[in-house]
Amino acid sequence: MPGFKTHTGKAAVLDRDHVDTDQIIPKQFLKKIDKAGYGEYLFYDWRYLRDGNKNGSFELNQEKTKGATILVTGKNFGCGSSREHAPWALKDYGFQVIIAESFADIFFNNCVKNGILPIRLSRNEIQQLHLSHSDGVIDGLKVDLEEQYVADVNGEIFRFDFDPYWKKMLLNGWDEISVTLQQEADIKKYEDERIVN
Amino acid sequence: MSKTIIDKLWDSHVVVKEDNKPDLLYIDLHLIHEVTSPQAFAGLREKNRKVRRPDLCFATMDHNIPTVDRFNIKDVTSRLQVQTLEKNCEEFGIQLEGLHSDQQGIVHVIGPELGLTLPGKTIVCGDSHTSTHGAFGALAFGIGTSEVEHVLATQTLWQHKPKQMNVRIEGDLGFGVTAKDVILWFIAKYGTNIGTGYIIEFSGSTVAGFTMEERMTLCNMSIEAGAKASVIAPDETTFHYISGKRYAPKQQEFQKKCESWRNLATDPDATFDKTIEINAAEIEPMVTWGTNPSMCLPISGQIPAEDPSSSNEERHSVRNALSYMGFKGNEKIENINVQHVFIGSCTNSRLSDLVEASRVVEGSKVHPGVRAIVVPGSQSVKQEAEKLGLHQIFLDAGFEWRDSGCSMCLGMNDDIVPEGERCASTSNRNFAGRQGKGARTHLVSPIMAAAAALHGKFTDVRSVLPKREEEVERYAGV
Ligand code: SF4
Repeated sequence: MPGFKTHTGKAAVLDRDHVDTDQIIPKQFLKKIDKAGYGEYLFYDWRYLRDGNKNGSFELNQEKTKGATILVTGKNFGCGSSREHAPWALKDYGFQVIIAESFADIFFNNCVKNGILPIRLSRNEIQQLHLSHSDGVIDGLKVDLEEQYVADVNGEIFRFDFDPYWKKMLLNGWDEISVTLQQEADIKKYEDERIVN
Repeated sequence: MSKTIIDKLWDSHVVVKEDNKPDLLYIDLHLIHEVTSPQAFAGLREKNRKVRRPDLCFATMDHNIPTVDRFNIKDVTSRLQVQTLEKNCEEFGIQLEGLHSDQQGIVHVIGPELGLTLPGKTIVCGDSHTSTHGAFGALAFGIGTSEVEHVLATQTLWQHKPKQMNVRIEGDLGFGVTAKDVILWFIAKYGTNIGTGYIIEFSGSTVAGFTMEERMTLCNMSIEAGAKASVIAPDETTFHYISGKRYAPKQQEFQKKCESWRNLATDPDATFDKTIEINAAEIEPMVTWGTNPSMCLPISGQIPAEDPSSSNEERHSVRNALSYMGFKGNEKIENINVQHVFIGSCTNSRLSDLVEASRVVEGSKVHPGVRAIVVPGSQSVKQEAEKLGLHQIFLDAGFEWRDSGCSMCLGMNDDIVPEGERCASTSNRNFAGRQGKGARTHLVSPIMAAAAALHGKFTDVRSVLPKREEEVERYAGV
């Protein structure tokens, strides 16, 4: 995986709380056995009408959000099922950063492991972002993981916290399993001592 | 130093502990199913990696198998997923209880009933309801597919230790009130975020008095309160349940284990980051009315209307839920008609759930216009139930009696609720579209679901459930 340092792009606003993974990718698309091609099905029930046509009023179907690489949303994003198909779909669709008031635990981990940067900002900060760009898109939003801030084109800076360990993994794009396999001696020792006890 | 059960479980599994890093935790049991594992096995294959401890893995298929004519999976992609699991288990040497096994069932039902789920273990599965196994005093939580791959390759996971919450439930539950109502009530009162960042220990006299199956129902839905995991200290009830289970330790080994399991309980002066106390007597039979489990009311309740004085955010969420669920606001729960009843899922598909539901159903008929199905959690639950004649009670009443699987809990197979129709469901999620596009889910206990099936609408189960004494008399007369 390539490392994640900074990213500048267009943000689409999905002003909703408790967006669960059933909404992000409905279960009928969980039957594949590979990781590719889920972007088509992202937010499927919101994007498409019953007759299969696009739902024009859904945020991501509007021309202005086209090409967005950052998603700005509400609290408890990614709650529900542990399906990693949700970040696979978000990534495949083009999102590299998700800014939310809070995330569900498993979803947060799933993002990090797939090179998507999940950023927590306060409700106020998110509202400030919305207000300065009231039409549902924020152009030229800059995200810097190294320095841990988000900056908009007006020069407004929003700092965020990020776990140092996961930050290092993301910045370097490391394969976590390779890192853990370097602890082989410790794992073996733990197993051996367990058997003795 | 005094420790909570959570500290004890955590600390005894730390392989590596260093500053500025999560702990590397050892995993004792890895449960695997067909939906969240194929990409993990593919990842191993790509990098030429092995499964480190196939002996600590256990697989079954549950999410998208049919519950009628089960060997004939018509959907091509579902079939491929099931075949892929078979192939992966064979290639990597993992025990699989597949479609043809009489031990097959929902992963969170068979772990406990086979004696794989034991106190003191760390247990993971690519499934959020892994929290269920915490009922045994195990540290059990759901993981994503990358983590499944990580556990397969290393038998460990990097984890930050969450905060700890004690939820103490004291007193006797009222007549007709079940463990399902307790957890629904908890989420209704404290919200779907209350557990975020925490592991919960459930304690108190109510929990101590619960059977293992009731404890599993409670822990199962702690994830819907946002918790990473939940645990209940193992006690004699736990040991009694485990004793004699197929893969549980036997005889002297078992006695020795019980000794060490007793020490898992939270030390008397250990502290939690947060404590919540609940009076069991306050809880009533509950029904969800909206699109997340906190949108939930007692059976006597009335659905909210949009409240102009509440925050924008709240109004928005109530408005969306009302519109999805087809309500205007202010309807009484007891007047809501249902067209489907689903008794099943890892929350409520165990033998005691079916026994309790059958007590309500016995001698009555499913309301015309209601389609009601019972999906036992495992093939062995199904067999046990049949030995007791429960299937006949359900069939006589007009229920369908199915083979085991996740079924209508998430509708990955053919068991879906059509658009706009309502289902009284004993499962755990009422999200929009969960049981089918446009399906309207109301979460309830098994006895409330049974009552709804007979009346075609939500009904206070306390008015139809035979009192134990009456039942004894009735059977005494036979
Ligand atoms: S029964 Fe439902 S909640 Fe439980 S494992 Fe299956 S799909 Fe998940």
